[in-house]
Amino acid sequence: MGVGIQVESLNAWYGSTHTLQDINLHIPANHATALIGPSGCGKSTFVRCLNRMHETNPIARATGVVKMGDIDIYRDASPVEVRRRVGMVFQRPNPFPTMSIYDNVISGLKLNGFRNRRILDETVERSLKQAALWEEVKDDLKKKSGASLSGGQQQRMCIARALAVDPEVLLMDEPASALDPVSTSKIEDLIFQLKSQYTIVIVTHNMQQAARVAENTGFFLNGKLVEFDSTHRIFTNPHDKRTEDYITGRFG
Amino acid sequence: MRVKFHQNLDELKERLLVMAGMAEQAIQRSVEAYRTRDLSICELVFHSETAINKLEREIDQMALDLLAMEQPMAIDLRFILSVIRINADLERVGDQAVNIALRVREMGALANVDLPVDIPRLASLSLAMVRKALQAFIEGNAEMADSVFEMDDQVDAMNDAAYRSLTTFIKERPDLTPQSLNALIIARNLERVGDHATNVAEDVIFWVRGADVRHNVTSN
Repeated sequence: MGVGIQVESLNAWYGSTHTLQDINLHIPANHATALIGPSGCGKSTFVRCLNRMHETNPIARATGVVKMGDIDIYRDASPVEVRRRVGMVFQRPNPFPTMSIYDNVISGLKLNGFRNRRILDETVERSLKQAALWEEVKDDLKKKSGASLSGGQQQRMCIARALAVDPEVLLMDEPASALDPVSTSKIEDLIFQLKSQYTIVIVTHNMQQAARVAENTGFFLNGKLVEFDSTHRIFTNPHDKRTEDYITGRFG
Repeated sequence: MRVKFHQNLDELKERLLVMAGMAEQAIQRSVEAYRTRDLSICELVFHSETAINKLEREIDQMALDLLAMEQPMAIDLRFILSVIRINADLERVGDQAVNIALRVREMGALANVDLPVDIPRLASLSLAMVRKALQAFIEGNAEMADSVFEMDDQVDAMNDAAYRSLTTFIKERPDLTPQSLNALIIARNLERVGDHATNVAEDVIFWVRGADVRHNVTSN
């Protein structure tokens, strides 16, 4: 099951650039939450702080509290443990090109030391079914490489790979922006189904997509969270003029 | 900046204001026809209905295209929804003008008598409501739209008074029942014009504030 995420006074820097400024919000468990905002507003930095990927950059640092359930991920858990609990899917599918579909899906489990063949088989089937890809690849699991799949299939395989380690939170950074409309709608259907089991945070430039898949939406601008509210409220009658100007294209 | 989209929204607004001008003129003409019993003015009203109906379809198509092609959000989405609803109300104002002109044409065949109802005054107030609601639309002024509701109470009261005086008059002068019934229907048509103006004001409030105040219920 997913867990709620409590963010308090989160600040992040790249070198001397203050990219996230005093972010406070609660992301409810088992909901999809969309983050929108112009390029460079800090929304991707924000999600990278949720799985401690931000600190992998040597000039980056972050302060504040990020609690997943009862655990403060910056105090009570190692980065490896955090990333096991928080799966991530990126803008462009990133399969391991030399690995089969099967090995792609279980790569995270293998890194964590799992070797039991029966458990691995079951995990591959469960994860690919959750990612709505099982029926399309079940006969080629070990024959085909992950890179031989179509872009949409590769992205669903990456989602299966993220789900295979049984995370509580799934972060998606523009997961459908490189996909055609059919593949995009499959990913969106998937988000809709997965949120009953996981807490999903999705960064998107596609506001219709945010409106379709997310219960709540946050609008970032210049490193600040300008507004966080129900998606319905944000897209029909936002409180903040800056939010309205952005979503109606009156910006810049 | 979605420059072209916002230019299209401005164009949609301008077309709706043309529609508003035509509907308002149709009511003015129908009341002038009542006042002067000039049946040639009635013909102008009938003629204008065709143009109003054509423009109604054009505006709806423009709005539909913008919804389909631009996927508007927030205030733009509310604006387009308001335009669609106001467009329908203005078309109905045009229909009320035709209804009045039809009554006037029927009265043209009857003796012209003084009736205990001030139709031009009722028309003046109804049209003032329409103008104020449209001015609120032009300015995007929800406070101005609020003030239309109070005017509707006055128009309703005048219509009720017209009903009472004309039904009493029919009892006193049954020979003038046809003229009285036509005047009664015209008063009712003008009261409906006021209702359409009220709807326009509600749509302006929905557009500007995002609040649905229809049917005396407020929700955000």
